Amino acid sequence: MRLKPVAAILLRQWYLLRGSPVRALPMFAWVGIDIVLWGFISRFLNSVTAAGINFTAVFLGAVLLWDLCGRVMQGLTTAFLEDVWSRNFLNLFASPLRIPEYVTGLVIASIATSMIGLAVMLVLAVPVFGLSFLALGAHLALFLLVLYGFGVSLGIVASAMVLRFGPASEWLVWPIPALLSPFCAVFYPLTVLPGWMQSVAYLLPPSYVFEGMRALLEGRPFALLPALCALTLTALEIALAGYCFVRVYRRAVRTGLLARYSAETVS
Amino acid sequence: MNARNHYSSDSGAPAALRVRALRKNYGELQAVDGVSFEVGPGEIVGLLGPNGAGKTTIINTVLAVLAPSSGSIRIGNVDVARQRSLALARTNFAAVYASLPGNLTVAQNLRFFGLIYGVRSLSRRIEELLSQFTLQALRDTKCGVLSSGELTRVALAKALLNRPRLLLLDEPTASLDPAAARDTRAAIRALARDTGCGVLWTSHNMYEVEEVCDRVLFLSHGRILLAGDPRALPAAHGARNLEELFIQLAREPLAHPAEQLA
Repeated sequence: MRLKPVAAILLRQWYLLRGSPVRALPMFAWVGIDIVLWGFISRFLNSVTAAGINFTAVFLGAVLLWDLCGRVMQGLTTAFLEDVWSRNFLNLFASPLRIPEYVTGLVIASIATSMIGLAVMLVLAVPVFGLSFLALGAHLALFLLVLYGFGVSLGIVASAMVLRFGPASEWLVWPIPALLSPFCAVFYPLTVLPGWMQSVAYLLPPSYVFEGMRALLEGRPFALLPALCALTLTALEIALAGYCFVRVYRRAVRTGLLARYSAETVS
Repeated sequence: MNARNHYSSDSGAPAALRVRALRKNYGELQAVDGVSFEVGPGEIVGLLGPNGAGKTTIINTVLAVLAPSSGSIRIGNVDVARQRSLALARTNFAAVYASLPGNLTVAQNLRFFGLIYGVRSLSRRIEELLSQFTLQALRDTKCGVLSSGELTRVALAKALLNRPRLLLLDEPTASLDPAAARDTRAAIRALARDTGCGVLWTSHNMYEVEEVCDRVLFLSHGRILLAGDPRALPAAHGARNLEELFIQLAREPLAHPAEQLA
């Protein structure tokens, strides 16, 4: 993989942010609202329930981590959509740029922008609502890795969907994190789900993260097996998403969709 | 493959572009039907034909954004299907329907594409091109607010960033005023002459084609009907000029290309 084309994709994102600071707003505005909302809900629940459960850590921590996963997906999809909106496909794909270089550039751009969101979330959640991740210890790094990886795989699949079904399908991809959240057991233990939903949950790496987070906050250990499952599933899902994108790209080249791709020509 | 549907330059040097038995089908529709031709180094070849003749399909297959149903395409000695990235690093293009991102400035667009094409001494190259296409005053202007003529100049600057060995130009002067169009034609001719870059040029302006192209290929229904020197072809086929010959061919495509070639 060559570095210059990857740098080009990153530089383009930087130019867009610099050229229109309004684009930076979604990076922290919505996560800020989420943190404030769930911060007060957690504070209220802490005040009306028996001591023993720390809702700030359970709810606010879960919101923060799940939001991060969604931000990575949205960052990647938005970076891809920039090329759709500016009708840049022909210039881009008729160049020496390779698909892995393009996707790597999009992934790094989305991770960089979601890191800004994470920093804003922590600035709000830690001092204002007393959120602490100390109880998670070194597991936090594993959780972040899994959630970043899952967000990346969702972003690649969402981009492939837009490439396959046309620009109008962007409205199908934004709700994906919301659709998956009930299965990922973000706010409740897996055991409350019916059997079929649990089966789906075991295929989604975030469910291991949130189960692990609750276990650690309750003083229970987070076993090695679920950690390995989460990491393996994340790696598999990124590989599967990459395969899916390449297949969709090749089909678009074969059918001529790529050559005539624009908001006007694809329904 | 129809052997008569095959044209090459007279030069003995290796071709900048070599297309062999190219076919592209969309189901029953045959957009390109076994076309073979070459563009020699430093040669400007005009690809002519009515709308829907297959010109853009050929350009898209050369640029690897459209996979041919069969046939082969080589840029220099590199097979596009096998070494897409290497082949495209030696190629570039400008087309009226492929404008550069409007939310980036002229200089940002040139830097972005310069990095993608792996251009060495990129800053210096950008300055050269800004100067060549009189774009210095527009360097910090977003492409989205440029006039169509200015956009064409930026697209041409982008197309020359990597000093291509093969340049594909799809109606490059369509949006330019006569003076700018003349300057552009002169710049492309000089480029082909001085650097040995092969150029495949599509245009509906027959005066321009006659002035610029060393050779033309007339396409109709995905096949090459005629090929030759644009200055000699009209007389050889009983037409007063290239435009008349174009209209004649576009209105009455021959039942079989070989008849026209005899």
